[in-house]
Amino acid sequence: MNDNSIGVQAFHQRELDAGRFLLQRCGDCGRHVYYPRECCPHCGGTALEWKTPGGLGTVHAVTTVRRKPADGGDLNVSLVDLDEGVRLMTRIENLAPEAVRIGLRVQARVQVKDGRGLVLFDAIEGAAA
Amino acid sequence: MSAGLKALRGSAAISGVATFGCGETPGFTDMELLAHAARAAVADAGLDMRDIDGLCTASASAAMWALPVVEYLGLDPRYIDGTMLGGSSFIAHLLPAMQAIRCGQCSAVLVCYGSAQRSAAFGRREIVAARRFLDPQPYEHPYEPMLPVSAYALAASRHMHEFGTTREQLADVAVAARAWAALNPEAFMREPLTRGEVLGARMVSDPLTVRDCCLVTDGAGACVLVSAERARDLPKQPVYVLGNATAVWNRQISSMADLTVTAASQSGREAFAMAGLAPKDMDVVQLYDAFTINTLLFLEDLGFCPKGEGGRFVADGAIAPGGRLAVNTNGGGLSCVHPGMYGIFALIEAVRQLRGECGERQVKNAHTALAHGNGGTLSSQATAILGTAEALR
Repeated sequence: MNDNSIGVQAFHQRELDAGRFLLQRCGDCGRHVYYPRECCPHCGGTALEWKTPGGLGTVHAVTTVRRKPADGGDLNVSLVDLDEGVRLMTRIENLAPEAVRIGLRVQARVQVKDGRGLVLFDAIEGAAA
Repeated sequence: MSAGLKALRGSAAISGVATFGCGETPGFTDMELLAHAARAAVADAGLDMRDIDGLCTASASAAMWALPVVEYLGLDPRYIDGTMLGGSSFIAHLLPAMQAIRCGQCSAVLVCYGSAQRSAAFGRREIVAARRFLDPQPYEHPYEPMLPVSAYALAASRHMHEFGTTREQLADVAVAARAWAALNPEAFMREPLTRGEVLGARMVSDPLTVRDCCLVTDGAGACVLVSAERARDLPKQPVYVLGNATAVWNRQISSMADLTVTAASQSGREAFAMAGLAPKDMDVVQLYDAFTINTLLFLEDLGFCPKGEGGRFVADGAIAPGGRLAVNTNGGGLSCVHPGMYGIFALIEAVRQLRGECGERQVKNAHTALAHGNGGTLSSQATAILGTAEALR
């Protein structure tokens, strides 16, 4: 998928900008890698392949960044563990910030705003772990 | 533990320390503050600036910081360490400096730091903004965490979830720090602080309020390291470096494998092994308390209590004056001083305690001390075990 004419960060962002969330999987050790890298942080291999993740995950840690309304108001920041075994920083969008709880099951989606793609998550109703 | 590291135990000693401008010093630059602390530390060691032939320094804003420091102080060092590991840097600088002294590369190493973070026009907000370009974290910054506090808040949320740690226990860390600060004329915030005031303070990034967060001050600190033999001929009581180790596991919080276990578990284990001592042997403990959660994590990871027990360990004044363990006796980063990188102040307070120079807050018969530095967002960890001549035996 990656033609190797650009780095993995630019490629990953280009795909996000087109609405596609991709994850790397190491062909040598079989582990998933996020964020995108040029070599596997687990085994040092370079046989990293792009995969479309299932997008299901679990909230691992959570905070509400307190901001003045003029600065955009309170904001959720979460760490989510994808079922593929990687962790990423993100936001849970379909709940009030203080309603986001550790253990909540969440589903990824790509928000494209001003041409820039970003991975966000929504809580799956009634599926709290 | 390698024989080489064991052989370095106690081979060097801190013979001079100084702070300068802790608190608010409008009108001073980083370098001016550093120069005052450096000069005072060299004088405290009974040396002259011309005796300094080794330099360890780092800055949060200047990538080539050792260069202007050499120039400003008029040094001609044969040993230079500008390794920048965030706030743990100055404690991480000790072991390489001991090796340099041991092999004869140099004989007197100045470790120094200065920051006008509170007063400078180009302050923390600007540094944070500039870092987004100079040190990008493209997988965190788009989500707008308030770094560093949100990273520590995420770790705190996880610690509370896994171990039942409470906001009250976190608050007790800040209350204890303030009680020590009340005994320290150099501390920036000395008025009494209650648990209720910490809990009721402005929330910054849940579960951390502004009182769970370190100060933003100006300040400078410096110390001088020489061989143990030479230290015995200098005026101040030598404080020997018995063990020192550094560990880095990640940069950003989202890459941390377990938010409740820091690399302090590695640096602490290795520093204690080099020193041939254990947590129970420590008379005073200086931990890098950028946020209240830090103190809990480091008490656990350094072996003062089991994993998950930090909250219960610190509850109800246990680390305050008169408690079971003397922690952050200067008031720490929470109440004494925190000009961006606090590590050198933890080291200096440990030395002052071992010298018996701490006045009202002096811990009686202190012969051993631990000083621990943290950098980034729980990213880098450095532990030093220090001791008096009694501990050296």
